[in-house]
Amino acid sequence: MLAYIVRRLLYAVPILIGVNLLTFLLFFVVNTPDDMARMQLGMKRVSEEAITNWKQERGYDKPVIYNAEAEGVERFTETIFFQHSVRLFVFDFGRSDSGRDIGHDIAERMWPSLAIALPTFVIGILVNITFALLMVFFRATYVDLWGVVLCVILMSISGLFYIIGGQYLVGKVLHLVPISGYDDGINAIKFVILPVLIGVISGIGSGTRWYRTIFLEESGKDYVRTARAKGLSELQVLFRHVLRNALIPILTGAVVVLPLLFMGSLIMESFFGIPGLGSYTIDAINGQDFAIVRAMVFLGSVLYILGLLLTDISYTLVDPRIRLQ
Amino acid sequence: MQQPLLEVNHLTTWFDTREGKARVVDGNSFRIHRGETFALLGESGCGKSMTALSIMRLLPGQAQGNISGQVLLDGEDLLQLPEAAMRRVRGNRIAMIFQEPMTSLNPVLTVGEQIAEVLRRHRGLSGAALQRRLEELLAQVGIPAPRQRLGEYPHQLSGGMKQRVMIAIALAGEPDLLIADEPTTALDVTIQAQVLGLLKELQSQTGMAVLMITHDLGVVSEMVDRVAVMYAGQIVEQAGRADFFAQPQHPYSQKLFEALPDMDKRDRLLSVIPGSVPPLTQTFQGCRFAPRCHRAWELCHQREPQWLPAGEGRSVRCHLYDRRVPHPQQTGEAPQPLDLAHATTGEVLLEVRDLKVHFPIRKGLLKRVRGHVYAVDGVDLSLRHGQTLALVGESGCGKTTLGKSILQLLRPTAGEVCFQGEDLTRLRGEALRRRRRDFQIIFQDPFSSMNPRMMVGDIIAEGMQAQGIGGDREQRLARVDELLQQVGLKPEHKFKYPHEFSGGQRQRICIARTLAVNPKLIVCDEPTSALDVSVQAQILNLLRRLQQALRLSYLFITHDISVVSYLADDVAVMYLGRVVEQGPVGAILGEARHPYTRALLAAVPRVHADVPRQMVKLEGDPPSPMDPPAGCHFHPRCPQASAICRECYPEQRQVASGHWVRCHLYS
Amino acid sequence: MSPLSARKGIFMLLGLLVALGGFYAGAMAFTGAKPVLLWTDALVYVLVVAIVGFVLYARSREHLRDPWRQVFRRRLGLASLVVLLAYVFIGLLDSVHFRTAVDTGEGERPAAYAGEVLSVLDLVLTPLRESSEKTYSAPFATHSFAKETVEYPDGSRARIYPRLRHGGAHLADPEREHAADILAKLAWGSLLGLIIWVLLVLPLVAWLARRWRMSWNVALGRIFRGRCDIPWWVVLLTLAVLCLLLGLALVLAPHYHVFGTDKVGEDVFYQSLKSIRTGLVIGTLTTLIMLPFAVLLGISAGYFRGWVDDVIQYLYTTLNSIPGVLLIAAAVLMLQVYMANHPELFETDAQRADLRLFFLCVILGITSWTGLCRMLRGEALKLREVDYVQAATAFGVRHGRIIGRHIQPNVMHIVLISVVLDFSGLVLAEAVLSYVGVGVDPTMYSWGNLINGARLEMAREPMVWWSLLAAFVFMFVLVLAANLFADAVRDAFDPRLRKQ
Repeated sequence: MLAYIVRRLLYAVPILIGVNLLTFLLFFVVNTPDDMARMQLGMKRVSEEAITNWKQERGYDKPVIYNAEAEGVERFTETIFFQHSVRLFVFDFGRSDSGRDIGHDIAERMWPSLAIALPTFVIGILVNITFALLMVFFRATYVDLWGVVLCVILMSISGLFYIIGGQYLVGKVLHLVPISGYDDGINAIKFVILPVLIGVISGIGSGTRWYRTIFLEESGKDYVRTARAKGLSELQVLFRHVLRNALIPILTGAVVVLPLLFMGSLIMESFFGIPGLGSYTIDAINGQDFAIVRAMVFLGSVLYILGLLLTDISYTLVDPRIRLQ
Repeated sequence: MQQPLLEVNHLTTWFDTREGKARVVDGNSFRIHRGETFALLGESGCGKSMTALSIMRLLPGQAQGNISGQVLLDGEDLLQLPEAAMRRVRGNRIAMIFQEPMTSLNPVLTVGEQIAEVLRRHRGLSGAALQRRLEELLAQVGIPAPRQRLGEYPHQLSGGMKQRVMIAIALAGEPDLLIADEPTTALDVTIQAQVLGLLKELQSQTGMAVLMITHDLGVVSEMVDRVAVMYAGQIVEQAGRADFFAQPQHPYSQKLFEALPDMDKRDRLLSVIPGSVPPLTQTFQGCRFAPRCHRAWELCHQREPQWLPAGEGRSVRCHLYDRRVPHPQQTGEAPQPLDLAHATTGEVLLEVRDLKVHFPIRKGLLKRVRGHVYAVDGVDLSLRHGQTLALVGESGCGKTTLGKSILQLLRPTAGEVCFQGEDLTRLRGEALRRRRRDFQIIFQDPFSSMNPRMMVGDIIAEGMQAQGIGGDREQRLARVDELLQQVGLKPEHKFKYPHEFSGGQRQRICIARTLAVNPKLIVCDEPTSALDVSVQAQILNLLRRLQQALRLSYLFITHDISVVSYLADDVAVMYLGRVVEQGPVGAILGEARHPYTRALLAAVPRVHADVPRQMVKLEGDPPSPMDPPAGCHFHPRCPQASAICRECYPEQRQVASGHWVRCHLYS
Repeated sequence: MSPLSARKGIFMLLGLLVALGGFYAGAMAFTGAKPVLLWTDALVYVLVVAIVGFVLYARSREHLRDPWRQVFRRRLGLASLVVLLAYVFIGLLDSVHFRTAVDTGEGERPAAYAGEVLSVLDLVLTPLRESSEKTYSAPFATHSFAKETVEYPDGSRARIYPRLRHGGAHLADPEREHAADILAKLAWGSLLGLIIWVLLVLPLVAWLARRWRMSWNVALGRIFRGRCDIPWWVVLLTLAVLCLLLGLALVLAPHYHVFGTDKVGEDVFYQSLKSIRTGLVIGTLTTLIMLPFAVLLGISAGYFRGWVDDVIQYLYTTLNSIPGVLLIAAAVLMLQVYMANHPELFETDAQRADLRLFFLCVILGITSWTGLCRMLRGEALKLREVDYVQAATAFGVRHGRIIGRHIQPNVMHIVLISVVLDFSGLVLAEAVLSYVGVGVDPTMYSWGNLINGARLEMAREPMVWWSLLAAFVFMFVLVLAANLFADAVRDAFDPRLRKQ
């Protein structure tokens, strides 16, 4: 088990190097820092001086990969590649293009993100499983048929409309909770309710349908027939046998996204004015702050790889057939 | 007469399909008495499993309502019971075991938990009493170290053990009737013998009745008191065991016996039932078997036969036994003889020397090789022109791996495969590709051996195309026609797709495909084990005719001793990656020397046995090829093992001319 | 089937292409317009040719035809197919682009062309395109949504809701005539719709009657009693609804802004119709671009195993590990910088916007091929051990041929299912990406931009809701139809589902 985890972590290294190389190519090779400076400072008639200034402030004035002017190790460290890409490996995110400490921002902003994403995720799974079980229990009846139709309809509505509709209905018409904003501590609850509610509802369609497929596939297996032949009731068969087996793909599918919850939801946070990592990213994109985008890409892939590892470990916990080698 | 335990009257089950109503069970009636073993015998798709599931009301899908007739259990009609009451019958008064022990157990629950469910539900046991009873049950079905096994999961058990667990689940409710749906079909012969023996023993202990569903005449003859033969959804004959085996009456039953391959029929072609089982969606007129029956006349095609008494306690659904109607004389059908003198030139075609196929197992931090699966571990074989060498063994013994590595579909780890004097293991790339036309393979599963998206004509021509033989397009098409006729199909079949054919027809196409490149050697990897007896006979006949006409050599991989006895010239018996005994077929089947060969032969259920004999049981499961036992691989299961067997692997010894054995008993 | 009919099909296809091309060139020459072939146009044409080619190919092959027949047997599947085809029709009209000649007054000089790139759809929608107002107006409004200070001839000023320039301009007294006029136009529109429907349905029924060798009456009876294998009545019914909508639009749209106007007074109905192409292009071209990679890499990884497998797995794990939105954002940001620095590359704004759309498809493709690739790898791993592949190996068939004849045809159902399942997701993704600011060019018509524009006005009292409504309706119908169609396709093609 331990050997397995160590090996998986070692595998992660080449992947992270690949991610790093890719972002490096995207950010510094496709467009030179000069191009970015010109873009940031307004396209027309920017003086060379202004560009140099801009680059110097952000540390983009160094050579890209190899610094011929420096001495010794600094030939490699005093470069854009080292300063802006390699340092990500030790989670040193550096400063954003607007001069803020990215590492500090991330540490501060991930908690509001989690406050929205985690409840949405957990409640969402519970609600979806409940609906899916209901549909499977009433399979081949009208409950099931119309349930599926409803799911497809819910799936076909863009997430944006759930948010807009929810804000309009709950916030503007019913005046139940504030439309947007955030507060620390216990006061956060009234700001969290609406996004979580909307997040759960917008996921019902696809989630329920997906779980229903899993349940149906399990309930067609031979061991279910054995369970029925024992004289168990339909509910016992569903909960003791079908659910137990279906939970394996459901849980492991859920675990992979667990670490990514820290990243928050771009749309949700920006609509509701939550100061989390999602809105952080979106602000960075709109403000064309490349340093933040780069940091978030790296953070995202680290969390994804962590998710994969957790998935494998969770398999061994829920599925007796699997032993990690 | 005492009231029967189970009385089934006019049971009919149907499914609504796109093609129409499919009556999978059509008006069947039978009775099972207490303590009796009753067999439903029939080929695949005849509705025997559906009959069992209808009795249990466990039909798949939405067919629950589509059952009519009566199923009386002690006079109470199960079909009229509300679902809740029916649940009290299932697992309690009637229990059922299924064909596939691998998938029939819930993979995420422990063995103990799965048995305990029944005890809690029907016996109300809990706590220490429950625990005690669980251990008792496992011990009863012959599982060693029951306390430890209770906490294990199904995947930790072998196939035979799983089926024992299934039996324990069935026994837990102390049922009056046990329905066993092909309980041993998925198991090896030696394990089958264990399980059948166990069932018999349990039956005599508990006095329960058994409804045995099977396609195997051997199992019927070893196990049952009375038998009903099913064909196309209907029971066509019912009789006591002895009567049935002495003189089967329905032409279908008779043909089933005649189609069985065995030693005595070596000099002739097997008798076959032409055609295949009709689809059940059609409405039948007359007797269902009439289109395939060698004794049918006009009446059979017009009027459906009724049940007719045919002696004490037996009845048959056939116009032949109706004294009121005149029927034509039986036209004697002489079996076609085979010329056994074709013999061989004695020239060796294939010589395998010390062949090894090891699969590495990688483990640990750096995925280093930490062990091997010794799938084939030093095999010597030789096969002469125009002869058949049968490779016999249980599943997992490495016989398929051996076949594939001879053909270089798997590259061997070590050893030589000399084909006409040329070592195939040294051939690479284009040279090997060119050589491939000389040796071909026929697979076990006719459903997966053809690309479903190619037309039959293209499938057959593929080999010619790849080898660049058979001339231009026109000539190849002509050759395809010729090949199709050679295997008993029609030229127009080349424009059809594989799914339009039955299993037997598909196997014929596969044979035609291999013949297209004029091979000298064909490896037949269990070509008939997925087929019903009557179809198996057709394929065996075809293979033998082709061998005679084309002087083909066969390496015939099988686990079926009766097939071996019918068509093999030489036999090699494999156990755990090695050949333990080889020699001429007569010597091996008649005077087997190796204890494993003897046990294997003894485990095969015999047809025609007058009195059910005591089956020789081989204890335990075959060990894993990952970790073969030290010394002779067979010693942990061998009744005659001695100290030396535990220490070193025996050398090969000749015990008679051409008869070799690897056993310390003969050194 | 015979090879003859396949060859005939290819000739038919080529003939059709030549005819279409000739017609197009002729029309351009006649009107003096200069054809413009945008990147996405070219790919759309490739896609159309590929689909038509596949249909001709599949028609003669039972194993390909049979699952499709099952798709058509499903009522919901068939209805959604008709709706999808209607969308595709509009999208195709919008994919033939040209620049009109501008009369420079100097006949001898080479003609100059307008900077604006138009499509055939623009031509059809000219009345809508040119009837812009000053700013917001509600659906069917005759007056502007915002008060404005107007100066009367007598010099006095007042803040009133001014009349619209186009919406309801034909009414003398809007207060009194408004409702009656709309009702009358509704009635006329329905009648027109009915007429169009009959005109469309007549040839269809005639064709069916000929195919069944029946008289008209009998054929009609058969259709409406649902006695035929394919539920044609569903087609007719869906067509009826579509024709009704078309009739209403034809009568109402020239006189009113059916979905209102936006901030700069442009007709929202026009915008929604123009957005159809964007949605379809994103949904289909993304797939088209990623498909060769996914299929080739997936099958190679599974079939060859070894180091090929390692490399490909590394590739997709790496790509997969970057959250999709972020990768897209990063790439689009870079694209923006690049385009801003190289304005000389683009002749017109439309071409620049189109290239951005094209790159968006490429980037979306890069982020979305991994899932399919992994599935295909798994399937190829299984297939290479299947008996018929082993048999082919035993015959000495070469690797390329085994992949082409045995592996690839037997994984295509997975490809197809994932393509249709992905479509709706991509259409929805467009809206989200545009919202995030990394979607299509802000000047391009798309539902995402439509929503984005309207969102800013949500706080306004009373709310400007019609842009949202229009985007919602058009998107919802497309995505719903796509989802239902995908379900039908999956049920028909997935061997696991077919067994049940």
